[in-house]
Amino acid sequence: MRIALFVTCLGDVLFPDVGKATVAVLERLGHEVVFPQDQTCCGQMHTNTGYQRDAVGLVRHHVDVFERALADGCEAIVAPSGSCAGSVRHQHAMLARRAGDEELARRAEAVAAQTFELSQLLVDVLDMTDVGASYPHRVTYHPTCHSLRLLGVGEAPLRLLREVRGIDLVELPAADTCCGFGGTFAVKNADTSTAMLADKMSAVLTTRAEVVTAGDASCLMHIGGGLSRLKTGVRPVHLAEILASTSESP
Amino acid sequence: MSTFLGMPRGRVPGPPADPAVGQLTGDREFPDAARDALADTRLRRNLAHATSTIRAKRAQVVAEVPDWEALREAGSAIKAATMAQLPELLEQLEANVEARGGQVHWARDAAEANAIVTRLVQATGSDEVVKVKSMATQEIGLNEALEAAGISALETDLAELIVQLGHDRPSHILVPAIHRGRSEIREIFVREMPGVDPHLRDDPAALAAAARAHLRAAFLRARVAVSGANFGVAETGTLSVVESEGNGRMCLTLPQTLITVMGIEKVVPTWRDLEVFLQLLPRSSTGERMNPYTSTWAGVTAGDGPQEFHLVLLDNGRTRVLADELGRTALHCIRCSACLNVCPVYERTGGHAYGSVYPGPIGAVLSPQLTGLTGGHEPNDSLPYASSLCGACYDVCPVKINIPDLLVQLRAEHTEARADRRRLPSPEAAAMKAAAWAMADAQRFARAGRAATMARHGIRRGRPITPLPRPLNGWTASRDAPTPPAETFRDWWSRTRGDDSGDES
Repeated sequence: MRIALFVTCLGDVLFPDVGKATVAVLERLGHEVVFPQDQTCCGQMHTNTGYQRDAVGLVRHHVDVFERALADGCEAIVAPSGSCAGSVRHQHAMLARRAGDEELARRAEAVAAQTFELSQLLVDVLDMTDVGASYPHRVTYHPTCHSLRLLGVGEAPLRLLREVRGIDLVELPAADTCCGFGGTFAVKNADTSTAMLADKMSAVLTTRAEVVTAGDASCLMHIGGGLSRLKTGVRPVHLAEILASTSESP
Repeated sequence: MSTFLGMPRGRVPGPPADPAVGQLTGDREFPDAARDALADTRLRRNLAHATSTIRAKRAQVVAEVPDWEALREAGSAIKAATMAQLPELLEQLEANVEARGGQVHWARDAAEANAIVTRLVQATGSDEVVKVKSMATQEIGLNEALEAAGISALETDLAELIVQLGHDRPSHILVPAIHRGRSEIREIFVREMPGVDPHLRDDPAALAAAARAHLRAAFLRARVAVSGANFGVAETGTLSVVESEGNGRMCLTLPQTLITVMGIEKVVPTWRDLEVFLQLLPRSSTGERMNPYTSTWAGVTAGDGPQEFHLVLLDNGRTRVLADELGRTALHCIRCSACLNVCPVYERTGGHAYGSVYPGPIGAVLSPQLTGLTGGHEPNDSLPYASSLCGACYDVCPVKINIPDLLVQLRAEHTEARADRRRLPSPEAAAMKAAAWAMADAQRFARAGRAATMARHGIRRGRPITPLPRPLNGWTASRDAPTPPAETFRDWWSRTRGDDSGDES
């Protein structure tokens, strides 16, 4: 399948390894990955911080770019982020409608229908759970809120992780409780965000995992930032990076 | 009587609620109030225990209903239909209440509702009332208004009584004293309850017995009761109160005069609609299959119960909320408080941080909707941001109110109101505008990304060498900053794959 990668703005600028891992997994499975170079950002930060008018411009840009990718033969758009895929699927058409642009809304819906978070694409679209990965570490998985509740990825990430060779996958207590990131919430309500983070970190620590993984680099940046500040020695690793690891290239 | 209430379409939206009357707003912005709450060890422990207990109970009793999702759909649909014909339903309710011997009063706002109730109590010659737990009367500050007129109002719901005796404010819609542990409750009773045993123990049975003795005398003495209403049935003129203790039933049946204050959104079209809500409400709120006491009454009945019944229909900003198509879904709320119990923010800050009698996710929507957003630093302007948008509230809402979407919409209303009142954009608005400009074009964004990779030299072991300005320093206060990579993804792609893939840029 020809798949367009929506790497997300955070993945592009701060976490390029997540995008590289996404490419590696999909190419290893025999798919063609293209990177539409005009892409920028889904606009979620603007939308969720109250700047819908600014966001609509970004929605239009995103739709232009990925509509072309679909016209160019791509059958799916993949994002290594539940939150950004969630914004495309749940917010783009709504924003266009609120701005009174029904045509953009319909185009956004068409793009959204082909947009998938990585685990969704692998499990639900490509019907794969064993992607040939090897990762001999003790790992716990945090289901991010938007992948869980906005996108409904369900068990897909866990089904993928269970098939990874050598992994010691341990269940995270109170896994479906928010980690406290919430985009600009993390700075606007930094104290409450930190209180939520503290509970998430203590849950991670009770698992005695070396690695905490999730499908969103943003939540991992928050959880990992806390774990690092406290010198816990637990590393945040994106789901895509675990799935990309093999015994030949760990 | 014909009225403007509940008639949004084609008219000027109604006025917002006056934040100076009643309790729809606090005196501090949420982040400041939350900071103090987060530092209160006892509060944190009480809340964590209470919310986790009630969450588990709810999850269990909801899981055993095979058609729970269909019930939620039905609840949502009934409410949506109700809001679409609110004026007609309210007039139908009024006609049926009056046909059965009750009197209906219309109150535009809190001050008017308080004046109506005060006048009605004064007309009975009584200087005290017993009260059924009610959010509407808390919202309008009725107790304080009555007190100012020399009338004492006694809360008879156990938790409301604890709050009242403690000179405190409710912190939860269903469990107003959720922030109190039993040793604190014992201290309040010993200090405030006349004639209580000074050696009172702090086990729940002993505390309940003390409250029972205290309240029983008041029930037998009372000539006037004030209640709220969970539902008002338009087709029959029936009012309904759902409760657990039976103290509400005492108030609704023993006194001579009953005054009910009901928000206009509590009307339901038909008796049969109660079938849906009486299944949704107890399972969502107390985690019970059925609540112990469901009282319904219509008008007055000679020789049985109150002989005088008044219904005060309260607007207080609701008509204004109704005018907005998305916003009006918040009026579907049946005050179950399931969203509070699952909210990771509420669980840690408690209800007082929200300032309003409506705390938690639905309160963060309703309170600013009712008082209006100013675009300034009023406490209610901070509430739509008091959420990580995790969506747990939407999942449990029995009438499927999409609280995260409403919060996002209110954030937009806030920033737009702020832009309207400022000559220059706020620093945040300017930063967002700049980011949107950079992100609207891939070339610009690529350059911005490359600039960000240079910032890697400004970070040492997770901390910026130069402290970040507000509000970004909120990040580094508790979290290490990520070190930007040497190369962005797009530059890696160009370098390793060339520019031949994707679209022409």
